[in-house]
Amino acid sequence: MQNSAVLLILLGTPLFAAAVLAFVGDRRFAPEVNITGSAATFVAGIGLALEVYEQGSMLAGENFFFVDAFNVYLAVLTSFVSMTTAIFSRPYMRREREHGRVGHWGMRFYHAMFQLFIFAMLLCLLTNNIGVLWIAMELATLSTVLLVSLYRTPTAIEAAWKYFILCGVGIAQALFGTVLLYFAAERVLGEGGQALLWTNLSLVSDKLEPTILSLAFVFLMVGYGTKVGLVPLHNWLPDAHSEGPTPISAVLSGLLLNIALYALVRCKVLVDGATHSHHAGNIMMGFGIISILVAAFSLLRQKDIKRMFSYSSIEHMGIATFAFGLGGPVATFGALLHMLVHSLAKSAIFFTVGHASQMHRTQEMDRIKGLFKGNPLVGWGLMFGAMAIVGMPPFGVFTSEFLILTATMKSAPLMTPFLLLGLGVAFAAIFRKVQAMVSGEIPDYQKPLKAAHVPVMLHMAIVLAIGIYLPDFLSKWFITAAELIK
Amino acid sequence: METITQINSFLAALVLLTAFGMLSQKRISSLIHLFTWQGLFLSINTAIVGYVAGRHHLYISSILTLSLKVILLPYILHVLIARLKHRKDVETVVNIPTTMLIGIVLVIFSYHLTAPVRELSTFITRSTLAIALATVMIGLLMMITRRHAVTQIIGFLAMENGLFFAATSTTYGMPLVVELGVALDVLIAAFIFGMFFFQIHTTFDSLDVDQMARLKEES
Repeated sequence: MQNSAVLLILLGTPLFAAAVLAFVGDRRFAPEVNITGSAATFVAGIGLALEVYEQGSMLAGENFFFVDAFNVYLAVLTSFVSMTTAIFSRPYMRREREHGRVGHWGMRFYHAMFQLFIFAMLLCLLTNNIGVLWIAMELATLSTVLLVSLYRTPTAIEAAWKYFILCGVGIAQALFGTVLLYFAAERVLGEGGQALLWTNLSLVSDKLEPTILSLAFVFLMVGYGTKVGLVPLHNWLPDAHSEGPTPISAVLSGLLLNIALYALVRCKVLVDGATHSHHAGNIMMGFGIISILVAAFSLLRQKDIKRMFSYSSIEHMGIATFAFGLGGPVATFGALLHMLVHSLAKSAIFFTVGHASQMHRTQEMDRIKGLFKGNPLVGWGLMFGAMAIVGMPPFGVFTSEFLILTATMKSAPLMTPFLLLGLGVAFAAIFRKVQAMVSGEIPDYQKPLKAAHVPVMLHMAIVLAIGIYLPDFLSKWFITAAELIK
Repeated sequence: METITQINSFLAALVLLTAFGMLSQKRISSLIHLFTWQGLFLSINTAIVGYVAGRHHLYISSILTLSLKVILLPYILHVLIARLKHRKDVETVVNIPTTMLIGIVLVIFSYHLTAPVRELSTFITRSTLAIALATVMIGLLMMITRRHAVTQIIGFLAMENGLFFAATSTTYGMPLVVELGVALDVLIAAFIFGMFFFQIHTTFDSLDVDQMARLKEES
C-alpha cells in the first residue's frame, strides 16, 4: 500500500501542478508555483528511490506500475533536471516576457505544459504496460510541440510543424511494433491487459515467436529511434531544439531523448529473450555509430549555438545507443552512466547558452564574444560545460566514454576507429567554437545580466563529482540495472 | 463463417480503396469525405469482428471510431477549412500516376513483410494485416508527397486508421486501456493541429508547407 502512495504522489504532483498553473496563468508567482511543484516531484522521486534501494524492484497499482533499478534512477534524474530547469526558467522566461517574445497566454501555456510534459515522462518511465508506455511517449511529444512554437516566429512554427509531423510518423511505427508485440504475447499469455505488462512479457520472453519479434523490433527501432534522434531519423531535433525556448531545449535534450532510449532498451530486452541472437543489438549498434559520425561532422559547420549543441545531443545519444547495442556488463554500465552525465552536462550547457544568447540577443556564434569578461559565471559555465561534454577528464562523461570504448575494443574491435573518429571530430568542433565565444573583448551590443547560477553549478558539480569518485550506491545501482537489461 | 470472412475481406478492400482514393484526390474537401468513409468502414469492420469473435470490448472501440473518426474529426477539419477559407483550395499535385504505382509496390511489399505473421495467426481476419500495413504505408507516402498542411494531417490520420485496423485484424483489438489512451492522444493531436493551422495561416498566409523552408543546414 505504502509503495503505491509514493508512486501516486510522484505522478500526481506534476499533473496537479499543471492544473494549478493553468489557472494561475501569468500571475507574478507562477514561476514559484512551477518550482514548488517540480521540487515536490523531486522529493517524491527520492522517496521512491530510497524504497527501491531498500526493497528491490516492486510492482504497484495492480501491476500497472513497475519500478526497478533501471527506471527509478531515470525517474530521479527526470525530476531533478526538471526542478533545476524550473529554477532556471524563472528569470529566463521573465526576461523573455519583458523582451516581448512571449505574451500573456504564452506564459500560462508554458507553465502548464511544462508540468504536463514532466508527468508524461514519469508515466512513461514507471508504467509496466508497453501500450501505456507508447501513449505516454506520444503525450510527451504533443505537450512539447506547441512549446517549440511558443515564440510564433516563422522559423519556430516551421520547427514545431516538423517536430509534430516527423515524430508523429515515427511514433506511429512504434505503435505498429507494439501491436505486433501484443500479437506475439497474446499467443503465450492470453488476451487482455496482462499480455502487455512488461514484467509478464520478460518472464516468458523465450517463448515468444522470434520471427514476429524481430519484425516488431524493426518498427520499434524506427519509431522510438526517431524520438531518440538517431540518424537518419534526426531531422526534427536540431530545429526543435534551436527554435524553442531554452528551458525546453534543456529538458528535450536532457530528458526526453533519454526516455525514448529507455523505451527502446525495454523492448530490446524482450526481443533478445525471444531471438537468442544479437539481431536487435546489431541494429542498435549500426544506428548508433552512424549517428555519432554524422552528428560529429555536422557539428563542424554549425553557426547557431543551440543547433550545435543539439547535434552534440545526437552524437551522445548515438554513443549510448551503440553501447546498449554492444551489450555486456561493462558497455551497459557505461551506457547507463552516460545517460546520466550527458543529461546533467547538456542541460547545464543549455542553461548557460540561454544566458549567453540573451546577453547578445542572438544565437549566432559569430556574434557571441567576450563571455569571460562580460559575465565570468556564464563564460566559465560554458567552458566547463563544453569540457565536460567533449569527454575531458576529470568529468563524468570521460568515465562513461572510457568504459564504452574499452568494451568496444574487447567485443567489437572493428568499430573502435569509427568511435574514436567521431569523438575526436566532435571534440575539435565544439572546443574551437566555444573558445572563440568565451575569449576576447566585450562587444558593445552585449548587455549585462544576472544569471541563475545555482542550476548550472549544481549540475556541473555532480558531473565532476561522478567523474572523480563514483559513489558506492550509484555503482551498485548501475550494476543491478545492467544485470536487469544484460 | 465463410460469409463473415468475405465481409471482412470486402471491408478491407474498401479501406484500401479509400486509401488509394486519397492518394489521387486533389480537392481537400473530397479528401475529408474519403477519410470519413474510411473511418466508417473501419468502424463497421470492428463491430462485425467483435460480434463474430464475441469480444464485446470491440463494440466500444467501434463506437469510439465512429464518434471520433467519422463524426468529430471530419467535422473539425471541415470547420477549420471553412474558417480559413480554404474550401476551394485545390492542391497542385504532380505525378499522381507515379504515386499510385509506388502505392501498389507498397501493397505488395506489405504482403511480403507480413507473410510470417499470417502463417502463425489462427484468426479469421489474419489476411487483412497486410492491408492494414499497406494503409499505414500509403498514409506515410501521402505525407511525403503532399505539400499542404491539411493533406499531411489527413495522411497522418489515415496512418492511424491503418494502425487501428492492424490491431483489430491481428489480435481482436488492443486492451481497452490502450485503445482509450490512443483515442485520447488522437484527440489532443486534433486540438494541436487545429492550433497549428491558424498559426501557419496567420504567419505564412497560406497552408502550403513548401513555404516553410527557412530551417536548412548551411553548408
